[in-house]
Amino acid sequence: MAQIGYSKKVMEHFMNPRNVGVIENPDGYGQVGNPVCGDLMEIFITVKEDKIDDIKFRTFGCGSAIAVSSMVTEMAKGKTLDEAMLITRKDVAEELGGLPPQKMHCSNLGADALHAAIKNYWVKIGKIKQEEVKEESHEGEGGESCGT
Amino acid sequence: MCKINLDYQSASPLDPRVAEFAERFLSSDFGNPSALHSRGLAAKTALEEARAKVAELINAESPESIVFTAGVTEANNLAVRGAALRSAAKGKKLLASLIEHISVLNPMKDLLKGGFDLTLVPVDSMGIIDLAALEGLLSKETVLTSVMYANSEIGTIQPIKEVSDLVHEKGQFLHVDGAAAAGKIPIDVQKDGIDLLTLSSNDLYGPQGAGALYVRPGVRIQPVLFGGGQEKGQRPGTENLYALAGFGEAARLAKLEKAEESLRLQAIRDGLIKEILKIEESYLTGHPTKRLPHHASFRFSRIEGESILLTMDAMFNIQVSTGSACSSRTLEPSHVLLAIGLRHEQAHGSMVMTLGPENNPDQIAAIIHATKKTVERLRALSPL
Repeated sequence: MAQIGYSKKVMEHFMNPRNVGVIENPDGYGQVGNPVCGDLMEIFITVKEDKIDDIKFRTFGCGSAIAVSSMVTEMAKGKTLDEAMLITRKDVAEELGGLPPQKMHCSNLGADALHAAIKNYWVKIGKIKQEEVKEESHEGEGGESCGT
Repeated sequence: MCKINLDYQSASPLDPRVAEFAERFLSSDFGNPSALHSRGLAAKTALEEARAKVAELINAESPESIVFTAGVTEANNLAVRGAALRSAAKGKKLLASLIEHISVLNPMKDLLKGGFDLTLVPVDSMGIIDLAALEGLLSKETVLTSVMYANSEIGTIQPIKEVSDLVHEKGQFLHVDGAAAAGKIPIDVQKDGIDLLTLSSNDLYGPQGAGALYVRPGVRIQPVLFGGGQEKGQRPGTENLYALAGFGEAARLAKLEKAEESLRLQAIRDGLIKEILKIEESYLTGHPTKRLPHHASFRFSRIEGESILLTMDAMFNIQVSTGSACSSRTLEPSHVLLAIGLRHEQAHGSMVMTLGPENNPDQIAAIIHATKKTVERLRALSPL
């Protein structure tokens, strides 16, 4: 049977989101999406011994956008940065028991926000140059996702 | 926690009296109104009684001016295609307000393929049609103008008499989608000067799967479906006797009771609007007074409507609606909210409440509490 609405797990994360909030002076910060499109996510991380020590998020968006943000913070916490970089949108959706097809793209920006935060940290410590940071936030802004 | 339904616009319960009245047409009194035996004739009698009751609700000239359909989408399609194609020899210009229902706009857009020309008439920030713009756009070639009686997303009631005067002075026929308005406010097709009027059974607390198109005597339409000669060939297909008999009874009850029920709902609605607008950065959408009596619609800055709907439902067991893109199939924000001048990010934060028979003043405090907590919760999550 086709999935109707959100999975229990999505609703559980939506209703009880993990790691909500702001980290003052974070080691890394990523923001993706655009309020015009209806989804904006930001992720804050602190890093200890190359691992994500603490992670927080704030999200403007629909139920899946909030659930995705919550789930990605839970998945990333405690992982090394390289491991966290391997978390994909698909992984997050699968952990949530799936997302409705029309939500797979527009609201599934959690992994992008996480990667943006990690790259922001890498730029700060000089591991990569700013120019090497692919602007992931564009995925939420351009014609690709918004209104298509 | 008791369920509180505030989304009567998307589906309404069957009035128990309608259910009791119409049930027999599914069982003991079933019949095909086209059959000539006694069972068929009894069915035909019931059908014609229903037609007379629907005609009376809107003060139609005669029951014959009511064409039954299987719902609003079909009635709107029949009005648009039926009138435009029938009158194509007089001209091929179509006008519609920017905030018409998609079941009016989409058949009009489809007619573009047949050489018709469609112009959408703007509305102001409260959703009232721009009469000067309408007047400027009308010409004798404008065979059909479609302006809804009231809008289901923002509640705004249109000045239909003024629209009608303009259309009949400068253009040809006026179609009015009355689905959201009928039974909530009085509609008099003769006084209002309406040529074609769409009605919904379920919005009157009748069965789903029934609707009607009023066609003013003298106005000609052509069918969009072809088959047997039912409904004088304007809408063939064996009549859904149960739903139509129920529709008729619901129309009769609406005529008797609508004024009183509308006042009752309006008092609750006004209480909700007054308190909800005390929430920081909350705004009413639509017109403050020229508004359906059971309708309250808002937008909240910095939060998104689907999240509002889900929180209200999961945390407080209150069902509301939203025009946010994220809750739609197309992922586009409501065209109505964009037409009243909202930016996309503003339209995303919409919440619509439509009241019905199970709402009462004792629920107001719980609804306001839930709305405040929902907005608070989502703003605490929001980076904006």
